[in-house]
Amino acid sequence: MTFSWITAYWPLLLAGAGQTVLLLLISVVFGFVIAIGLAFAQVSGGRLTRHFARAYCTFFRGTPLLIQLWLLYYGVGSLLPMIPGIRQSLFWPILREGFFFAALSFTLNYAAYEAEVLRGALLAVPKGELEAGYAFGMRRSTLVRRIWLPRAIRIALPTIGGEIVMQLKATPLAFTVTVMDLYAVASMVRQDTLLVYEPLIVVTGFYLVLTAIIASAFRRFEAQVPLRR
Amino acid sequence: MKLLPFLLAGAAFAASSLTAQAEVRFGVMNESYPPFFAKDAAGQWQGWEIDLMNAVCEEMKETCSIVELSWDGLIPALQSEKFDVIWSSMSQTAERSKIIDFTDKYYNTPSTLIGPKDQKPGATPDDVREKTIGIQVSTIQSDYYKKYFADVAEQKTYQTLDEAFQDLAAGRIDYVFGDSLALDAFLKSDGGQECCAKMGDVADDKDILGAGVSGGLRKEDTQLKAKLNAAIAAVRTSGNYDAITKKYFDFDIYGAK
Repeated sequence: MTFSWITAYWPLLLAGAGQTVLLLLISVVFGFVIAIGLAFAQVSGGRLTRHFARAYCTFFRGTPLLIQLWLLYYGVGSLLPMIPGIRQSLFWPILREGFFFAALSFTLNYAAYEAEVLRGALLAVPKGELEAGYAFGMRRSTLVRRIWLPRAIRIALPTIGGEIVMQLKATPLAFTVTVMDLYAVASMVRQDTLLVYEPLIVVTGFYLVLTAIIASAFRRFEAQVPLRR
Repeated sequence: MKLLPFLLAGAAFAASSLTAQAEVRFGVMNESYPPFFAKDAAGQWQGWEIDLMNAVCEEMKETCSIVELSWDGLIPALQSEKFDVIWSSMSQTAERSKIIDFTDKYYNTPSTLIGPKDQKPGATPDDVREKTIGIQVSTIQSDYYKKYFADVAEQKTYQTLDEAFQDLAAGRIDYVFGDSLALDAFLKSDGGQECCAKMGDVADDKDILGAGVSGGLRKEDTQLKAKLNAAIAAVRTSGNYDAITKKYFDFDIYGAK
């Protein structure tokens, strides 16, 4: 076991961890917002929106994330330059990066999983509480904001924590589209130094620490808002 | 206990006769690298390097087999004895020589930059200033980048050259940096002709770009090394080498002597 390479690769490892965390944050935050919309579309939307939301979730949960990523990066991404003027536009430096496509596909994928979790949670909120809200004269939007959604999120909280950890473990796929995340740094160290196990062990440690942080944060949330039925 | 030396001698004899009969396993990257190695429609390996391997095996009077592996797994697999020789267009470099041994070279080609047609040709650090260069991981070109281009240009790392070509065609990177022959093959393809052109060969640096392509061996396999070197030399002098080269190239790829 040799770990002397760490001194030379330390900044890269930290930068890689930064990219991993950034990918996770972007996909979880934006994915969650989309998921709320999709979940409500499924439980209380009209026929058309219900079907759309269901089709969306089936597609993104039913196909491998790697294929979604590559469809976006190599498929959509290689069609983009055909739009005239896009290479000169302000957005091209972002649109040409693998990071953009990784963040986008992770967000869309996470939204699908989270929407299913939230849909179940929305349905699990006791009917009586919603009726009590109406009885107080709340409008639908107030009811959703004050009772339905907060109660559902609380019910789903342990599952959401689990999903975020799953999402963390999906991020190394970004490495296949030239993003220098934690795993990409590990494989670069391997290729430079021809050490196979040591960089993988170090990176494993990083992922474990991140998972522990997520898990303990969720334990704290859950303790703050006890679940009463 | 007089029997012991006999037993030991017997065991040693059995071991030596076993190694003589075992086939020589050649490790080849499991991605196409035409015209050196690629699979035909029937799934059979073919190409210049495969033909050379067969000629060398014939010369050594050994049976040979091919083991396929990803590029970055070749050296670890050689060390863990999954096969005996790396035969996959691997350049001999100082860095790699610390870990594995090499046969004499069997070809040598310059490193080249290619880019979009409308880009100004040139392959000096000044030409690539503030541009993005696509490079296959763990190649001599990525070491060259670190020494000459790292201060002025950005690097994108790819697992295979094909992915780098895709991104070059899509305008995500400004250059692909690799071995001239592999890049020429892309430039001659339909997609390559449409988008891209040769920007130029980079200035040579023997320490990094290496002393040519040769077979990679475990350091302790000195016997096999001697056999392979003799066979490569024999294939060179018999004219077989030139005959194989003519099938794939219109020039000599052995490089300077």
